[in-house]
Amino acid sequence: MNVVEAVDLRRTYRITTGTIRRRSRDVEAVRGVSFSIREGELFGLLGPNGAGKTTTIKMLNTLLIPTSGSAHVLGFDVVRDARRVREKVGYVFGGDRGLYERLSALDNLRYFAELYAVEPRRQRVRIDELLGLVGLEGRERERVESYSRGMRQRLHIARGLLHDPPVLFLDEPTIGVDPVGARELRALIASLAKAGKTVLLTTHYMFEADSLCDRIAVIAKGEIVAQGTPQQLKARVEQSGVVEVEVFGIDQESIGRIEALADVLAVTVEEQEQEQLLIVQTAPGAELTHVILAQLQGVAVGRVAFREPTLEDAYVQLVTA
Amino acid sequence: MTRPARLVWLGLLFHFKHLSRNAFAVTATTIWPLVYASLAYFMFQAGSEPEALLVASLGAAVMGIWSITTVEAADSIQRQRSLGVLELLVAAPTPFWTVLLPITIASSAIGIYSVVSTLLWGRLLFGIPLELEQPLLFALAIPPTIVSIGLLGFVMSSVIVRFRAGWAVGNMFEYPVWLVTGLLIPVALLPAWVEPISWVLAPTWGMRALSEAAFARGSPLEDIAMCLLLSAIYTLVGATLLGRFLESARRRATLSLT
Repeated sequence: MNVVEAVDLRRTYRITTGTIRRRSRDVEAVRGVSFSIREGELFGLLGPNGAGKTTTIKMLNTLLIPTSGSAHVLGFDVVRDARRVREKVGYVFGGDRGLYERLSALDNLRYFAELYAVEPRRQRVRIDELLGLVGLEGRERERVESYSRGMRQRLHIARGLLHDPPVLFLDEPTIGVDPVGARELRALIASLAKAGKTVLLTTHYMFEADSLCDRIAVIAKGEIVAQGTPQQLKARVEQSGVVEVEVFGIDQESIGRIEALADVLAVTVEEQEQEQLLIVQTAPGAELTHVILAQLQGVAVGRVAFREPTLEDAYVQLVTA
Repeated sequence: MTRPARLVWLGLLFHFKHLSRNAFAVTATTIWPLVYASLAYFMFQAGSEPEALLVASLGAAVMGIWSITTVEAADSIQRQRSLGVLELLVAAPTPFWTVLLPITIASSAIGIYSVVSTLLWGRLLFGIPLELEQPLLFALAIPPTIVSIGLLGFVMSSVIVRFRAGWAVGNMFEYPVWLVTGLLIPVALLPAWVEPISWVLAPTWGMRALSEAAFARGSPLEDIAMCLLLSAIYTLVGATLLGRFLESARRRATLSLT
């Protein structure tokens, strides 16, 4: 059974520029997105910043009305049956905001328990359960402003689970959280999926999607460019190769020359401590190492390696195509 | 207690607690009226009538409630936006008017600090006698005054859900309403066309209720009833406007804009 279904969802924003002579233009943030999520599935929406992930999730949780297309959650239309959709969905987003900072975690949870119609007699028990689940027991009477980013994020998740929703929308929940905190959050998300929740997770971390999701849709420039299990996405680039070159002070011109080479599928540069890592994806069967190095005249080159592609390479290839 | 009533009551307590931890809001609502009260004292001192001084003091207190309502209630939506909770409140399966209404009433409720500080200021600094003829009725008149002024703020807030700049317009109403509702000078001294405007504004009836209870000029019950009637009208108008503006905000994607 499909719990979430999006069919040809589109969303246009009107952008205004100028102060005195104001000009407006329409920008299509989401352009015909379709996917479905089965019951108990952990589905990832993976894409770079500005790809349309948050806009999609906000249409699904009724905060935005789609410009066209349709979406249903547990059979309820997100426009016509907004209240029923809200009863079924828990919404959690990443970042510092979204809490009443001058009040305690307990105050926050009590208030949202009221808003989500948790029975007054059940509230205390439910809040205690959730504080235990997210590891905040004993800290619930402290003001939220004294919490670390990771603690706030765990409190967000507790808030989203107050009404025990069958569906969870998690919008980049680990963003800005330190590695240890992020790992704990990922374990928590995995446990929620194991407990039978249907989860839609947006992220731009490939390893997160790879380790957590049953299926992934890759979104770029408002469109879904690929969809499948992590293994299926990796298989798309299995035949290709990846050349990694350690470089010192590479310029845009050299990168442009490499991008223009035949059989080069994608080029990315990762900043490291002193150097940069140039990552070049090549077409199946192509041996381009020497050609690539020839384009790097005048650039100090360190280690050169050839390796098998990963899910991250598949993702880079998809979103830069 | 019905669910909407419970939501409004608990929401009011929650937001009152949250606002009370906001140093700006508490300082503003406590200090501003002292300035108004001092000015009013020097203005009315010429007549040197104790009653006029207490009227000025009460006027300053209601001015304080109205000021904090225009500043805080009109700003309350923006505050929810900047805290990042507005979308979470909208995403809850609860009619949004039951969420917003206690936020705006809480904003005017912290005006209670204004009543206390103004009356104490007048008593301690200027020796204005605090002799209330009908203290029970005076106490009874305070909640409907605060609630009705808060609900006027609710109507203003509903506009700001859709139009971010609405808070600036809300602030513009601060001084005209002081004049029109007789907080500074009696409405009778103003042009005749002003009076009908004063009838639809809650501070008019709140001020009348408080001063009638303070001086036993008549029963404040009619004025309290007017406060309650206006409260019902403001709730209806605000909830209707809010439904429309919220739909428009979801269509135009202005909910998350700060």
